[in-house]
Amino acid sequence: MTTDPTPHQVASRPRMWTRIRESDIGYSFFRSPFAMVAAAVTVAFLLAAALAPWIAPYNPFDPAQVSLWDGKLPPSFAGGDERYFLGTDNQGRDLWSTILYGGRLSIIIGLAAVFFGMTLGVVLGVVAGYLGGWVDTLIMRVADVQLTIPGILVAILINGVGQIMLPQELRAEFSVYVVIFAIGLSDWPQFARVTRGAALVEKEREYVQAARVIGLPGWLIMWRHVLPNVLRPVLVLATIGLALAIIAEATLSFLGQGVPPTTPSLGTLIRVGQEFMFSGLWWIAFFPALTLVILVFAVNLLGDWMRDALNPKLR
Amino acid sequence: MRHLKTAALAVSVSVMAMTAAQAAGHGGKTIKWTSQGDALTLDPHSQNEGPTTAMNGLVYESLVTRDPELNLVPELATSWEPTEDGWMFKLREGVTFHGGEALTAGDVAFSINRAKQETSDFRTLITSVTGVRVIDDYTVELVTDGPNPILPNQLTNIFIMDSGWATENNVVRPQDYAASEETFSIRNANGTGPYIITERLPEEMTVLEANADWWGAGQFPGNVTRIEYRPITNAATRVAALLSGEVDFVLDPPLQDLERIGNTDGLRYETVAQIRSIFFGYDQGAEELRTSNIEGANPFADVRVRKAVSLAIDRNAIQRVVMDGLSVPGGMVASPGVLGWNAEHDTPPAVDIAAAQALMAEAGYGDGFSVRLDCPNNRYNNDEAICQAAVSMLARIGIDVTLDALPRSQHFPKIQNRETDFYLLGWGVPTLDSHYIFSFLMQTGGSWNATGYSDPELDALVEAMLTETDIPARTAMIEQAWDIVQAAEPYTTIHHQVLAWGLRDGVTVPMAADDTPRFRYAVVE
Repeated sequence: MTTDPTPHQVASRPRMWTRIRESDIGYSFFRSPFAMVAAAVTVAFLLAAALAPWIAPYNPFDPAQVSLWDGKLPPSFAGGDERYFLGTDNQGRDLWSTILYGGRLSIIIGLAAVFFGMTLGVVLGVVAGYLGGWVDTLIMRVADVQLTIPGILVAILINGVGQIMLPQELRAEFSVYVVIFAIGLSDWPQFARVTRGAALVEKEREYVQAARVIGLPGWLIMWRHVLPNVLRPVLVLATIGLALAIIAEATLSFLGQGVPPTTPSLGTLIRVGQEFMFSGLWWIAFFPALTLVILVFAVNLLGDWMRDALNPKLR
Repeated sequence: MRHLKTAALAVSVSVMAMTAAQAAGHGGKTIKWTSQGDALTLDPHSQNEGPTTAMNGLVYESLVTRDPELNLVPELATSWEPTEDGWMFKLREGVTFHGGEALTAGDVAFSINRAKQETSDFRTLITSVTGVRVIDDYTVELVTDGPNPILPNQLTNIFIMDSGWATENNVVRPQDYAASEETFSIRNANGTGPYIITERLPEEMTVLEANADWWGAGQFPGNVTRIEYRPITNAATRVAALLSGEVDFVLDPPLQDLERIGNTDGLRYETVAQIRSIFFGYDQGAEELRTSNIEGANPFADVRVRKAVSLAIDRNAIQRVVMDGLSVPGGMVASPGVLGWNAEHDTPPAVDIAAAQALMAEAGYGDGFSVRLDCPNNRYNNDEAICQAAVSMLARIGIDVTLDALPRSQHFPKIQNRETDFYLLGWGVPTLDSHYIFSFLMQTGGSWNATGYSDPELDALVEAMLTETDIPARTAMIEQAWDIVQAAEPYTTIHHQVLAWGLRDGVTVPMAADDTPRFRYAVVE
């Protein structure tokens, strides 16, 4: 009867949309204005980051496009040059373009760091929770020790050691990866703890017992049965973790530990800008800082909403 | 710049006028000051570097020194005269070290010999001294290989230590700074100077108290009995410290904040042209650069590449935007006021990107090359920003520069250990004579010559000018040497610094073109 696929496709689209709308998550989302605004802002930032090379009027990472003579110009609406909407920094880089590119770098580092920390934490957490015994003790005690030290200090330490261990000629090229590695390594215990807790619960469930009885190997049970069922809380943690990772990257760069000044992230821009606060060049620090605040605020709100929506106890 | 000098002169004149008033009542006054980087070591012969020498100069003294106008004045020697074999110095009598031992000719002989050792960073200054003859307790003769007309000028930073103290503490040899050696003398000091170090936390806090037994007590206008020095790396924090009254004096406020300081009640700033040139150095001696994509050849070995860099650097843009007008664009590694400086050499070439690109193509690097630029970030005015600006200027002629900006305690060893391809350095000239520049920076194997630049003709001239006593002939030699250097372009000068000090009203520290605060002349109301 349905030999023609077209009507089927047309029909399935609204159905999927309805399914999303009518799901628990969708229901909660469309009734929370905060969540909708936060999601819109976050998506806008992600789009801006992805499309930066096409939206930005200049490429601030290409030194040949920068003219020192245009340095320190105020925003165009505050009496500056029309070519530079948000003004220029002390090196003559267009601030609007630099924020787009810098925000892109911040978001990429944030996402990559969270992904790295999450993967590491979830794997270790599932292993610790499922296997138990000395493996559990070892992994969780290491996590506990690391949790007693503030994350940013761990990141500074790892980043410093990482930069020194790299040969000098590779330092600038790989500094972004070192920062990702440092931030990721500083927040895996959070993921490990949550995952382990969930895995402990799942391990006693009948379906896992059943899988064990029929003789499936441990790794397969962990991968196919335990892991999918512990991911819910991890998703919440990852969203909040993204905001923290972006802040951590900005902190490292602000302290001069992160990415090199020739490819500025938001933190680097704020660091450069704050040296000019006393001299009245407020825009160099203000706009990157504002961007950072809005970005982190939006991601945080989204994470908070997600925690509430996914937690059956809070409903 | 004339009005700046006049301002400095006016300040020093007013200091002199205050002398009479202050001499009567020497009340104990404290001065709190800051700058971006601490002394690297307290070993007086280990690092020939401005802030280090300035700090050590409060504790240690030399035979001859300079006053705030940079005139030679007696310090531990009361008089000196040339002899057949060198120079004879009459020592001041009744001088004691902080430890209580009396200063004798033996200590002078010990210190000169110490400063001549392999690990001393001052040995280039006194290569001409072949021996020290102790005539009696208060007379000493420095024997030179041939006459050396400028020896007293070269001694202003050669500090005198107590030989007994040095032997006791096993520091008869200067600390090897580039090898990060740890010795007793890098945190402890025993000199004859006006101040005694009572607390020393490197990079954090240094407290000095007046030396009550100092020979010069009462002879100088200053009334400061306690100096608290706290380095603050961050420029904005430094200014905030001055604005909030936490410090009385900032040696190096960021240039963009001077207006703010000047407009604040109770604060002021003063400027004077400094004897310090800022320039790029190239490793032109290496077979191959360490950080370049070009293999089997060294682009910097070609003078056309070095000239192209010079043509691509927009010195006026750096002066206006990076330095807020407070620099003098230049073309030679010698500032006005140094014997050998001339206006023609010091006029930088006009920016000409097309000509620079043509030179690059001629040298065979039309497609450009990559290289790392090593830059300090806490030594010179806006040093990192200068390097950043250079990165974009050099991109226009195809040189892809990676910037590595580090604190000076990590930057300088790269130069001294010859581990850099392309670097920023500044050079001040305490002797006010070009020989100092040639012998450190351009002579084959000069201790700060990390460029591998070597020219036998120049070496011969530098040797000859050391012993030439006929002043016009010597000046001609210096001119000739500069002609050689300018044609070879082993360094590319950017500008000469203009000093700016930020002070609280009621605090007078005479400004000097060598950026050294001389607290024995400082008055706090």
